[in-house]
Amino acid sequence: MLYREAGQFKTSYEADQQIFPIAQDRIGILLLIGVFALVVPMIASEYWLKAIITPVLIFSLAALGLNILTGYAGQLSLGSAAFMAVGAFGAYNFILRIDGMPFILALILGGVCAALVGILFGLPSLRIKGFYLAVATLAAQFFIVWVLVKVEWFSNYSSSGVITAQDIVILGYTFASPESKYLLTLAIVVVMALLAKNMVRSTTGRMWMAVRDMDVAAEVIGIRLMRTKLLAFAVSSFYCGVAGALYAYAYIGTVEPEGFNLDLSFKILFMIIIGGVGSIMGSFLGAAFIVLLPIFLDNFVPVVLGDLVSASFVSNLQLIVFGGLIIFFLIVEPHGLARLWQIGKEKLRLWPFPH
Amino acid sequence: MTFFFEVLIGGLLSGVLYALVALGFVLIFKASGVFNFAQGAMVFFAALTFVGFLEVLPGWTGLEAGGQAVFWLAFLLALASMIVLGICTEKFVLRPLVNQPPITLFMATIGLTFLVEGIAQGIWGASVRGLDLGIEDVPVEWLLDKFNILVSTFDVFAAVAAGVLVTVLALFFQYTRIGRALRAVADDHQAALSIGIPLKHIWAIVWGVAGFVALVAGMIWGARNGVQFALTYTALKALPVLILGGFTSVPGAIVGGLIIGASEKLAEVYVGPFVGGGIESWFPYMLALGFLLVRPEGLFGEKHIDRV
Repeated sequence: MLYREAGQFKTSYEADQQIFPIAQDRIGILLLIGVFALVVPMIASEYWLKAIITPVLIFSLAALGLNILTGYAGQLSLGSAAFMAVGAFGAYNFILRIDGMPFILALILGGVCAALVGILFGLPSLRIKGFYLAVATLAAQFFIVWVLVKVEWFSNYSSSGVITAQDIVILGYTFASPESKYLLTLAIVVVMALLAKNMVRSTTGRMWMAVRDMDVAAEVIGIRLMRTKLLAFAVSSFYCGVAGALYAYAYIGTVEPEGFNLDLSFKILFMIIIGGVGSIMGSFLGAAFIVLLPIFLDNFVPVVLGDLVSASFVSNLQLIVFGGLIIFFLIVEPHGLARLWQIGKEKLRLWPFPH
Repeated sequence: MTFFFEVLIGGLLSGVLYALVALGFVLIFKASGVFNFAQGAMVFFAALTFVGFLEVLPGWTGLEAGGQAVFWLAFLLALASMIVLGICTEKFVLRPLVNQPPITLFMATIGLTFLVEGIAQGIWGASVRGLDLGIEDVPVEWLLDKFNILVSTFDVFAAVAAGVLVTVLALFFQYTRIGRALRAVADDHQAALSIGIPLKHIWAIVWGVAGFVALVAGMIWGARNGVQFALTYTALKALPVLILGGFTSVPGAIVGGLIIGASEKLAEVYVGPFVGGGIESWFPYMLALGFLLVRPEGLFGEKHIDRV
């Protein structure tokens, strides 16, 4: 009843080509953004803003990056955390070395650095694919972290290799409170998500999907494989890089290269598997799920099972639940949470008459 | 020069251990086309189960702790656990995912990695344990006297064990009915099915054999460095080995292991000091990557032909 597109006529090309062609979707997204921009900062406690919602947004951005590469262009990557590290250290150095560097520009330049590194490590994808490529991205993962640890210039010769993010200053205003950092993150994430949504339904996105589905066939119909694959690596790494910079500046403040380890890469991979491979929406759902699940387990398992279980059991339970869920999702719903959302929408369209 | 040979031999011997882990990968990839990321977790699980049984068996059965009987009983029980694990994997993970793209199966084995790690630590605890196989870690006197080269007895033992294991596996594949069936499945699933080879059982057997290999690898690694979570990282070392040797080749795993082991130690010793050290973490990957660019199918891999 509420979710029905009957009667919405498209009378111009512009109307037909909007990002959200159904009016209810448009209103829904605007409402969602409105709630997150206005209502959430008012009602959420500082802990929720700082430790849950902001990281969810940042990880969504990283998952979005990986989703572009893996979900849309079909190139498996296990090195997303390394590209986040490049973005974080890149932005840090731009702000440090160049006087009067605007924060947003530093963020973008950090992303560009990550994109360049991404292209470099994407080069092997022209010769190899699948598992072989996964190993190539593992090389990126270990190599980049090693370089950031060993070349002390990157961490400004700090003795421990840890960098402390500078204050975020935009147009003279310092983003210091959790609310302001959250709102800044939200704004960047919303803009980049809309860009991604647009990109994947454009020629570029279709080329990526053609390469994903069958690269030889794509080449035969005239898609330039090299350009398409490297572009996917560049865009994906750019997103991961910006996410990494936000991770450093808006979330934890002090970062070390080893923080961007293989576990983090796996976490981001899990986000897109659970959220939905090849779906913008899925990146957000997956990130929220992966961030919230450990918190849920930490808080509720001791309550339910009482003193029977130790802390180490809870952490093992986390591993088991994570692993089990991955397998469960791959078997039962390979398209992840995003697919469930889509099914729900289709049901709503038909409701109350299911035929 | 002596020092060079010492490093080289040390590297080759640790390469043998990488090869052992890589062997488990190859077995499973050959027979089912699954890239089993969980092999490292299986090594950890096997070693932990073995050590765990060594600890609890004397209490349960009244056998003398540290004796032969306990050792072999623990070995059999650990092997049985690995076979059960293999069968469960086949039943609950692989079979529902039949016909999915290989990447999906790969991601499922990443999930399996977490599951197995969690279960292993959930049952046996997360503390680091020592494992004594009764072989001393002393230099081989003969080599020390004659060439002045330090080589640990333990490493030699590990190499011999690996050699025996590979020989046994090769004979098993070559001369037994099951071995023949395994090779048939490896060549072509559908053709093997159509002549009446039970695919289900074959997969269960392959995972069982991979479990056995993981157990041997886990015992040797565990005796060397203690049974601890770090064992799971052996899987990460085995990946460049696989790349170098080719995913489908048993000799490839061995040769690849030796090359990776030797080159990483040599690089660490001779190149490391110039760039700040610690290059062991990424050098094997870069080596494998460079090699891939020249020969994408690895040393002994099968050439892949694309068709639309």
